[in-house]
Amino acid sequence: MSEIPEYIKNKRVIREQHFYRGNAACPGCPIPKELDLLLEVMGKKTVLVVPASCTTVIMGDERGSPSPVPVVHSPFAGAAAIASGLWRQLRMRGDTDAQVVVWAGDGATGDIGFSALSGAAERNENILYVCYDNEAFMNTGIQRSALTPYGAWTTTTPAGKREFKKPLPFIMMEHKIPYVATASIAYPFDYQEKVKKAKGIQGFRYIHLLSPCPPGWRFDSKYTIEVAKLAVETGVWPLFEVINGEFRLTSVSKTLLEKRKPVIEYLKLQGRFAKLSEEDIKVIQEAVDEMWEYIKQLVKK
Amino acid sequence: MLQITKRITAMVGNHAVAYAVKQAKPQILAVFPITPQTTMLEKLAEYIDSGQLKAELIKVESEHSAMASIYGAAVAGARVFTATSSQGLLYMTEMFYWAGGQRVPIVAAIATRAIAEPWSIWDDHQDFVSKRDAIWIMTMAENVQDAYDLTIQAFRISEDKRVLLPVMMGFDGFILTHTMERLEVLDDETVDMFLPKRDYNLIDFNDPVNVGPIVTPDNYIKYRYEAKKAMDRAKEVIEEIAKEYEKISGRKQYGLIECYMCEDAEYVFLAMGAWVGDAREAVKRLRSRGNKVGLIKIRTFRPFPKERLVEKLRSVRGVIVFDRAYSFGSGGVLASDVKSALYNSGIDVMSVIAGIGGKTVRPLHFEKVMEEVLEGKRFEERWLYE
Repeated sequence: MSEIPEYIKNKRVIREQHFYRGNAACPGCPIPKELDLLLEVMGKKTVLVVPASCTTVIMGDERGSPSPVPVVHSPFAGAAAIASGLWRQLRMRGDTDAQVVVWAGDGATGDIGFSALSGAAERNENILYVCYDNEAFMNTGIQRSALTPYGAWTTTTPAGKREFKKPLPFIMMEHKIPYVATASIAYPFDYQEKVKKAKGIQGFRYIHLLSPCPPGWRFDSKYTIEVAKLAVETGVWPLFEVINGEFRLTSVSKTLLEKRKPVIEYLKLQGRFAKLSEEDIKVIQEAVDEMWEYIKQLVKK
Repeated sequence: MLQITKRITAMVGNHAVAYAVKQAKPQILAVFPITPQTTMLEKLAEYIDSGQLKAELIKVESEHSAMASIYGAAVAGARVFTATSSQGLLYMTEMFYWAGGQRVPIVAAIATRAIAEPWSIWDDHQDFVSKRDAIWIMTMAENVQDAYDLTIQAFRISEDKRVLLPVMMGFDGFILTHTMERLEVLDDETVDMFLPKRDYNLIDFNDPVNVGPIVTPDNYIKYRYEAKKAMDRAKEVIEEIAKEYEKISGRKQYGLIECYMCEDAEYVFLAMGAWVGDAREAVKRLRSRGNKVGLIKIRTFRPFPKERLVEKLRSVRGVIVFDRAYSFGSGGVLASDVKSALYNSGIDVMSVIAGIGGKTVRPLHFEKVMEEVLEGKRFEERWLYE
């Protein structure tokens, strides 16, 4: 076929790039795409605050950065506080339309940085905090974090983690901040829709983005989107948003209240769950079902 | 010719520093309460809530976040301030290094206090000196007037384009923070003239930069070398700014070090902080009995005024260094610096460790040690705990 037919040409989505290729991410890593989608919505007048994580490396060294917007790097525990100060000064100097986005991994969010995150949420600082959750300290080589799920192998839980994942989106919801949402790279429109909503809201906004990691989760790098999709379809990762306390499921998760794919379909694609016993799988399935019972309560409210 | 208009009042140290901060007009402050700094935070909150200081006070959940949030604000161009003490200073430590390494202008007041364990809320310098390698300029006040003057000068030094380093101003917990002393304050217009608006900003949406990224080993050392050079340049800048301040305040300012009666002195005390006042009193008494003694006050601990010390100590026979902090397994912190500055000079450096954890030190203690030295006694290190 020499020419693209007119009807396809018109439908083709031609996008400008918002986060540049040639960065230092691993093959199959969703982070560059996630940032690209985020920055498309947030625009050029955005500052990214990045605590120690995979993205620290992806942002490159002093010779150049794939980011089209200013980036402020932060030690693990400082991101939410640095963003607080940044935003307040941007407002002081008259850049009231600027956006400050914390782009943090699960360790910086749920472990070391949790105090600063909770503090900034309590003060209702005008920032968007995005946790890209790859469920372990991936940058240092796959050590467990508070957000590593039950049963998962990591280099510090060689026999599988025995504790459950910290339910961070729900904990943030309880902070009574204006906007909380979960998202997945397998559902980019849902994700961008949420970023768009968050952008239009003043105060502390939190988006929790499940971010599958091929080397850390032990799957072939071509399955990133597949894994992310199954996390949603099996109910392990519900897509929802909470606007001013009002909870609602979004995208395909709306259809999953009663029936979901069994968790095994999500687990079996990943080497980190390879050694799970039947009993473990049952425990995981029960935990997911229990979470959905809780979600049912939230939906009813 | 500049008309010096000074107002004479009296304030406790914490309020004097808060007043200086108010006059310096920072845009963003973040302070977490800790004894003995708390009354300063309260005063600042009062200034802001009553509209006397048009700034935002970020009420953070920890000292780590206090330094982190003003770091973020400073990166975006704000004049910023924080204050802490003891355990709080330790909790801030990671961000101290971050701010120093990035060379962002920041001013912090440190109400010095002993470090646990065991708990002690009283004064020594163990917390302050622990930051000596964090790439911060460190000054130390002798009295409430010094604390006020140094705070105002700190903003100028920190924001000077030849320096661009954060500055911490130490002043002894309780001894200065809670003691009311006579204070001469400048009027607001004079401070405005002395402290022009800050114009240093790393966030430009039209020319975005990666602030604080990873660097290669080849370059890391170069950044560190640049910081060293800035620290070296700071020595001149501090003295230059002190001279300028002297003109607007009408008060003698000493920049790096102050010498008291050391022209013809055979032996001198060397110390920093509030007990310099006690040492001064001891020198007066010893002089009245015909002893050739003097005193050197360290006003700038980092950069360490090595050259100035060598110049001033050239003709003395011995130095008695009073330390309120100790490097365990090594020796008195100031004493070590003085020894290295006087390396191969043949001058005796004797180290006294005293006042640890608030243990009372009086002029008498200084006098006694000096009398023994004048009688010919020598020691390397002595702890005063009786």
